[in-house]
Amino acid sequence: MTTKLIMAGFGGQGVVLMGTLLSYSAMVQGKHTTFFPSYGAEMRGGTANCSVIVSDEEIPSPVVSVPDCVVAMNIASLGKFEGRVREGGVIFINSSLVDKHVSRKDVEEVRVPANEIAEELGASRAANMVMLGAVIKKTRAVELQSAINSLEKVLSERAMAYLDVNKKALERGFNEIP
Amino acid sequence: MAQERSLMKGNEAIGEAAIRAGCRFYAGYPITPQNELTEYMSRRMPEVGGTFIQSESELAAINMVYGAAAAGARAMTSSSGPGISLKQEGISYLCGAELPCFYANIVRGGPGLGNIAPAQSDYFQATRGGGHGDYRVIVLGPSTVQELVDLTMLGFELADRYRNPAMILGDGILGQMMEPVVMSDAIEYDASPKKEWALGSSEGRSKHLITSVRLAPGTLEKHNMHLLEKYRKVEEDEVRYELYEVDDADVVLVAYGTAARVAKAAVAMSRQNGGIKLGLVRPITLWPFPKTVISDIAKDKPDILVVEMSLGQMYEDVLLSVCGKAKVSLLAHTGGGLPSEAEIVETAKRAKSSNEAIEVYPSVD
Amino acid sequence: MKKIFGKPESLSDKQFTYCPGCGHSLIHRLTAEVIDELGIMPRCIGVASVGCSVFADEYFNFDFIQAAHGRAPAVATGIKRVAPECVVFTHQGDGDLASIGTAEIIHSANRGEKITVIFVNNAIYGMTGGQMAPTTLVGMKTTTSPLGRRPETAGYPIRVCELLKGFDGVAYLERTAVNNPANVMKTKRALKRAFETQLEGLGFSLVEILSQCPTGWGMLPKDAVEWVDKNMKPYFALGVFKDIRAEEPQHVT
Repeated sequence: MTTKLIMAGFGGQGVVLMGTLLSYSAMVQGKHTTFFPSYGAEMRGGTANCSVIVSDEEIPSPVVSVPDCVVAMNIASLGKFEGRVREGGVIFINSSLVDKHVSRKDVEEVRVPANEIAEELGASRAANMVMLGAVIKKTRAVELQSAINSLEKVLSERAMAYLDVNKKALERGFNEIP
Repeated sequence: MAQERSLMKGNEAIGEAAIRAGCRFYAGYPITPQNELTEYMSRRMPEVGGTFIQSESELAAINMVYGAAAAGARAMTSSSGPGISLKQEGISYLCGAELPCFYANIVRGGPGLGNIAPAQSDYFQATRGGGHGDYRVIVLGPSTVQELVDLTMLGFELADRYRNPAMILGDGILGQMMEPVVMSDAIEYDASPKKEWALGSSEGRSKHLITSVRLAPGTLEKHNMHLLEKYRKVEEDEVRYELYEVDDADVVLVAYGTAARVAKAAVAMSRQNGGIKLGLVRPITLWPFPKTVISDIAKDKPDILVVEMSLGQMYEDVLLSVCGKAKVSLLAHTGGGLPSEAEIVETAKRAKSSNEAIEVYPSVD
Repeated sequence: MKKIFGKPESLSDKQFTYCPGCGHSLIHRLTAEVIDELGIMPRCIGVASVGCSVFADEYFNFDFIQAAHGRAPAVATGIKRVAPECVVFTHQGDGDLASIGTAEIIHSANRGEKITVIFVNNAIYGMTGGQMAPTTLVGMKTTTSPLGRRPETAGYPIRVCELLKGFDGVAYLERTAVNNPANVMKTKRALKRAFETQLEGLGFSLVEILSQCPTGWGMLPKDAVEWVDKNMKPYFALGVFKDIRAEEPQHVT
């Protein structure tokens, strides 16, 4: 199985961390994985995105042109990547910040109130982890437990204080999906 | 106990591998898409008692490396195309003076300032020497983050063995992506052989002179013939490549680096779908180029397809290797464009059914 | 019999190949004498540059390296950082240092690299046949300023000591000349002071030496030494521009 994702949002939403954790979890499970960030001039202007591939086979190019899933943490990201998702793919929308719905009929829309859930947990900045929990449940790209176990490997020293709440956020997001 | 996998960005993986290869001097100047390497070295060098200098220019960086290498250190620099162009001055001097060093070119689109997208368009510059004079640089073409690590370690070894610069020709994808890697153990730096020719204290020995000036009649000719002999030895002993599903292939692809990743996937995809049988020759050393193996394959394979992210640069090396024995076609991308698996399979089919070699370039309509 | 004059131990047996009356050989000799007197010969590493002194490496009895045009300070930086126990100096001309190598000299000075730069300013490109240098005086005729240097199109001679004085990494800076015995002795003292500055790890040191180039200037050696006094000194003031070991910089003219 191969899952190709693009995760996007504005700077500070932790999009890169989300992608890194997913990729790290895949590595821990012995899968092939690549993580490829937007870089250079593309980063300027406050938007950030990354491409993650998780696969049971060798990965040719880490560049994802037609993703299976797109994670849109803000409205600009939805506009930018909606058209790229493959037919039958999934678009995850952070419904706390994005009122708009997917306009395409050939993809599935999954709405996750990531910021609201994170705030309930007392850490609004953990919205990325709520969303990742949901992505993991829906795509089955990796095990939830791998992500929980890998958190301390990818969090910066400064963010380690929020280790537990991030774990909870992953779980809450995971359970948000039926 | 270095067998643990870690998730590393290509640029940082080069840095860590260099440290483990005993590199204790880094000078560099910021340029995208290789900045994480410079940044990594600024953090890591002080931890191992090495030197990090953010130089005033690429010219200064390569000349600092020239000095550090002359003083016996394993020294390196890194840049992307525009900066590597500036460094050609120093690289020529390093070759002339027979000093070892290692550098990485994380290639971006050119010519000029171009863009920062991944490209392979510095192939000529790297494999032909790049600067002035009759010389060669050992060019390694990794295609994964793991290979960035392994070939960085190898690059330092080869540089020292042949007293010649060795380089990695990467691209923006390899530098920026993260992939699982296994780091090799660090070499025992203090135990590595002393460089008897290096500059230092001349107490109790005759003076050491490191120079690339040879004005006296005949001396440069003699020196360059000595270099040629060395380069022949490199060509004899250091060619590295990977063969993938070549034996029963109807069309053999030749690709390196990121393009080879896609080519490999195209081979697998086509075979899975019961389509045309493809195989792949992946040069790992771009200089010395694996010309013998390609020449041998060309004897019984009528169709070869070169896939590269430049407008027919490695193509020329393949043509020279094949020397008319087979039909050599080209699938080229440029300016940051990447080939897709489907495109490779499609082009291979077309190439096979065509009587003449074909050249396929990006459509810009 | 008492020996009162001899070849410094640091100088090799190779005969200088400089033109008659050229200052370079004199400066090499002074450098060698200072190195002998400081007892640092075995740990000295010299960096030769491009220009007339391209073969400086052959004249000394310790390790030497030849650098690309203008890059000697960067090369010296690399050596000194790897081998801090060594005494590293460059010998550079005006085209090398003040034209093609401006970035390297400014930034190694600014970084306070613990190296010594011996800067030979003879206001002309000697090796390539007498072209205009960054330090060529206004009105001075060269093969690329046949009507004399015109500031309107070629700018003004660069005063390197004045330029570098403002950098905090600079520990010692002096301009001297070698056109008469008194100036020669002053130059030797300046070189010694510069090497001592490096030995004490205080920072970057540079001695700019006004030197005569009879061939490039198209005059007899005796006229060339007078020309230094008459034309160069009024523009390039001699003296100590910076010495962080002294309280106040002393200016001599």
